[in-house]
Amino acid sequence: MSGLPQTGDYLLELRNVKTHFPLYKGFLLRRQIGAVRAVDGVSLGVREGEVLGLVGESGCGKSTLARTILQLVPTTGGAVLLRGRNLSEATVAEMRACRRDLQMIFQDPYASLNPRMTVHACLAEPLLVHGICGPKEVDAQVAELMGLVGLAPQFARKYPHEFSGGQRQRIAIARALALRPRIVIADEPVSALDVSIQAQILNLLSQLCSRMNLALVFIAHDLSVVRHISDRVAVMYLGKIVELGPAEEVIDRPRHPYTRALVSAIPVPNPAIERSRQRIVLAGDPPSPINPPPGCAFHPRCAYAQDRCRMAAPALTPCGDGHEAACVRLDELA
Amino acid sequence: MPLLTVTDLRTHFHTRNGVYRAVDGASFSVERGETLGIVGESGSGKSVTCYSIMGLIPQPPGRIEGGSAMFDGVDLLRCPPTVARSIRGKRVSMIFQDPMTSLNPFMRVSEQVIEPLMIHGGVSRKQALARAQEMLEAVGINDAAQRMRSYPHEFSGGMRQRVMIAMALVTRPELLIADEPTTALDVTVQAQILELIRTMQRELGMAVIFVTHDLGIVAGLCDRVQVMYAGRIVENASTEDLFRSPLHPYTRALQRSIPGLQPKGRELFTIPGLPPDVSKRMDGCAFAERCGFAADPCRAAVPSLVEAQPGHWHACVRSAEIDLEP
Repeated sequence: MSGLPQTGDYLLELRNVKTHFPLYKGFLLRRQIGAVRAVDGVSLGVREGEVLGLVGESGCGKSTLARTILQLVPTTGGAVLLRGRNLSEATVAEMRACRRDLQMIFQDPYASLNPRMTVHACLAEPLLVHGICGPKEVDAQVAELMGLVGLAPQFARKYPHEFSGGQRQRIAIARALALRPRIVIADEPVSALDVSIQAQILNLLSQLCSRMNLALVFIAHDLSVVRHISDRVAVMYLGKIVELGPAEEVIDRPRHPYTRALVSAIPVPNPAIERSRQRIVLAGDPPSPINPPPGCAFHPRCAYAQDRCRMAAPALTPCGDGHEAACVRLDELA
Repeated sequence: MPLLTVTDLRTHFHTRNGVYRAVDGASFSVERGETLGIVGESGSGKSVTCYSIMGLIPQPPGRIEGGSAMFDGVDLLRCPPTVARSIRGKRVSMIFQDPMTSLNPFMRVSEQVIEPLMIHGGVSRKQALARAQEMLEAVGINDAAQRMRSYPHEFSGGMRQRVMIAMALVTRPELLIADEPTTALDVTVQAQILELIRTMQRELGMAVIFVTHDLGIVAGLCDRVQVMYAGRIVENASTEDLFRSPLHPYTRALQRSIPGLQPKGRELFTIPGLPPDVSKRMDGCAFAERCGFAADPCRAAVPSLVEAQPGHWHACVRSAEIDLEP
């Protein structure tokens, strides 16, 4: 665990990725008046078979980052590399080939499945489009996929509305896995589900990752879920990564003041702990990504902010055990 | 005497596809100043219980088939509408899950906050505005005098929920019903709102019914908890007892499926199957189909709540014979 790994160690690598959405004013004399800096300089790497958890509050850019990785939104700057190939410069045909390795699971299983396609049609489509198998083998392949996610093959002719939320999420997972990808981006895959169903989907995802040596970028706002499933965790605030490291390190021993506040805001289902612990209640709301505060974006809400926090945005600094945090006062606050 | 006593509440929805027994025999009480948590998964009847007490069930298709909700000697389910109106919104208030949709987008915040006072308070508009401003300041809205002239869309989600709370508390109610008030909010904002509810409760000495699916919130906020499953209450205990020694297999199963309580890497406990269809008649325990301890007596009759230890109620016929520890 020493130093920065070389390029090539990573299956997916983000180098200073920026995604800004321009804001315009006027109609005839249309001019750009600014930009929403949804993702503002993110560098990350995901290894083969690794589960990377990505946490942050709404509006911090988690979902935009997921969409940027999949090139569903154009990148403004930086590079997204899949096995060393820059996706933002890939042609349409190259990108299509890359999509086999890179798949996505969305938050809402009610909205992400076509209501007019049966489970069979939905799972067969990627197989046929990418020529994974001929029309004759499709039935067998679909049945195998359904078995993989724990759905009985006799459900193949049913429509999404006939399934419960958890089962629909299983269909969405099966569809993402149809092309045997190397990496799956899951954007809040369990936050629309009840606790007992959530546990089933989390177990399924961890089993699939270890069985297929699948890398997973798991986006969620629930830290206990992320801690459970992830090998490493990245914490985002206002378009930037503020802390990154092994899951238990980051969540049990957070170093950045924002992560500390986030961890302390999570209610713990244990009355003895919950009533005795110190809670850090942050004041105010996250600032606007259109006009982020100068320096460290967290300084207006940070209890430890000093003048130098307002000067320059801090970079991620290693603080042992593969743990990094972006705070200028890291050593003093330890 | 408890502030609110609900006895055998049954709220059913009569639809084309059959009768949905959303709440099917719920009995509980809330003492003055107490915080009662109601937990359960979606469709377990938590919200319908609250809506029934507040008289917000659309009828039809809903119908309150039976039971009573005695609030300070008045049955909220059966009293004349004028009596009910004098209590609801004044002595019992409610806050809802989604602050984006539960405020009127066409009305200034000030108008919405003074509305309950104008209807119930018998105060002048000027006095009402002054009280609204005080209340908005109390819930942490800076510069309330200016901000109360704004419209809801000019506020962030957390601020809107503060406005909702101010609206609910401006009449100084004795009971506040909060239906998942923080589910739509971020965790750091959720922490602010929970802290606010705690403070306001201390200041006004009101009782709170807090509906949530998050056992973590319950642990920090509630004095008592009741767990609902398929329209019935399966366990009711003090928060400490419920977390330390749950007596119903469903409560135990819920606790075991939360990632935060389990060692990392270990497979999470899952409850097999799906919650039952409440449109079908259930003759036995609703959880029997998914319960690892189910036996013949579970399917024979609907178990009623029994007091196993003082203040700890459960509805499991086999509770004495089974060991719920992992």
